[in-house]
Amino acid sequence: MSESFTLDGKTIPFAAGQTIIQAAADAGAWIPHLCYHPEFKPHGSCKLCTVKVNGRHMASCTTQAQAGQEVESNTDELNEERRTLLQMLFVEGNHFCPSCEKSGDCKLQATAYELGMMTPHFDHFYPNRPVDASHPDILLDFNRCILCSLCVRASRDVDEKCVFALSGRGIDTRLIVNAASGRLEDTDVALTDKAMQVCPVGAILRKGKGFAVPIRQRTYDRSPISDIALKETSLALPAVENKP
Amino acid sequence: MTATKKLRVATTSLAGCFGCHMSFLDIDEHLFELIELVEFDRSPLTDIKEVGDCDLGIIEGGLCNAENVHILREFRARCTKLVALGACAVNGGLPAQRNHFKLTEILEEVYHTSPGLANGLIPNDPELPLPLNKVHPLHEVVKIDWFIPGCPPSGEAIWKALTDILAGRDPDLGFGMLHYD
Repeated sequence: MSESFTLDGKTIPFAAGQTIIQAAADAGAWIPHLCYHPEFKPHGSCKLCTVKVNGRHMASCTTQAQAGQEVESNTDELNEERRTLLQMLFVEGNHFCPSCEKSGDCKLQATAYELGMMTPHFDHFYPNRPVDASHPDILLDFNRCILCSLCVRASRDVDEKCVFALSGRGIDTRLIVNAASGRLEDTDVALTDKAMQVCPVGAILRKGKGFAVPIRQRTYDRSPISDIALKETSLALPAVENKP
Repeated sequence: MTATKKLRVATTSLAGCFGCHMSFLDIDEHLFELIELVEFDRSPLTDIKEVGDCDLGIIEGGLCNAENVHILREFRARCTKLVALGACAVNGGLPAQRNHFKLTEILEEVYHTSPGLANGLIPNDPELPLPLNKVHPLHEVVKIDWFIPGCPPSGEAIWKALTDILAGRDPDLGFGMLHYD
């Protein structure tokens, strides 16, 4: 491995075919992201991982690393743009952290802490999206969905069940459930599915375990996401014991 | 004798629970340092009812009725800088969880249809401020200069933000003090 690019002035080696975010992660450099997950094909939709490659804005999860690229990531300009993206995500849904079981384990929240988001800035949409509590083990709260499609990819590519999909376009895009009734209880989804492990926010929750770990003792209460994101594998939910 | 003029500070709680004010009191002995730097105008601490000309206004709670909006506008007119303190001021918080329901449905349920409310009447005294259709955070109505999120922000976070502001800096809470819950 001899080829390399620079990330914020630091030399990053890469293997052929790697994206910028993959090569950066291998070199221990964290680039903020929400819809990217190292185990899945990139989706390129949240745009939080946008970097400047030779002066041009590119999503680092979908841009291949090439020799000699000059990549900027941790700059005031890009972090300001990332804060704006986060603010739009916060006002488009109902992200009321004090009542959310995911608070402290939430990547949206932790990334907003990391980037110093003090206010949602924009006018809130306060959308009205009914929750799906039909499944005995799983709660689906569409109010918190940020349309990252990780559950869609996990259910399709790993679980091979296709329980979830994104439907509609633009501002009307929404998460849907693959059942005639549209309800989670009428799918073959199971707690042990990969799709249950990857939600970065509090949209897919395991029932009855929300406060097993107290507030302020959770993943991102203990360490900032920039310190631990590259060490964690799947932290969406605590390890699931096999149910009878 | 110090010649430094103390900053004049007003505080109020709108659609909040006074939890942020309680958390503010959690700065404990820092109150002695603070009182060397500021004097309080309208505030639950002074019981002054009308806000005067101030350097800094600190507002807890969002906007759920017409009186909240009136007081917020008074604060904006009288205070050089405004701080939104806590989740409700920053994003509507708990009161904004009613935004999914029609106001008429809520009033019906609270005063008419809940069990044990035989013949309940919806209060309609002209003294009562009219509820807003939706609960709003402060920045949707007036310009807010600084935001301190948290439900409530810890005393430590409030003290850090206040000392930053009094030193002429933007508040920077950083890891461990910046919380939305």
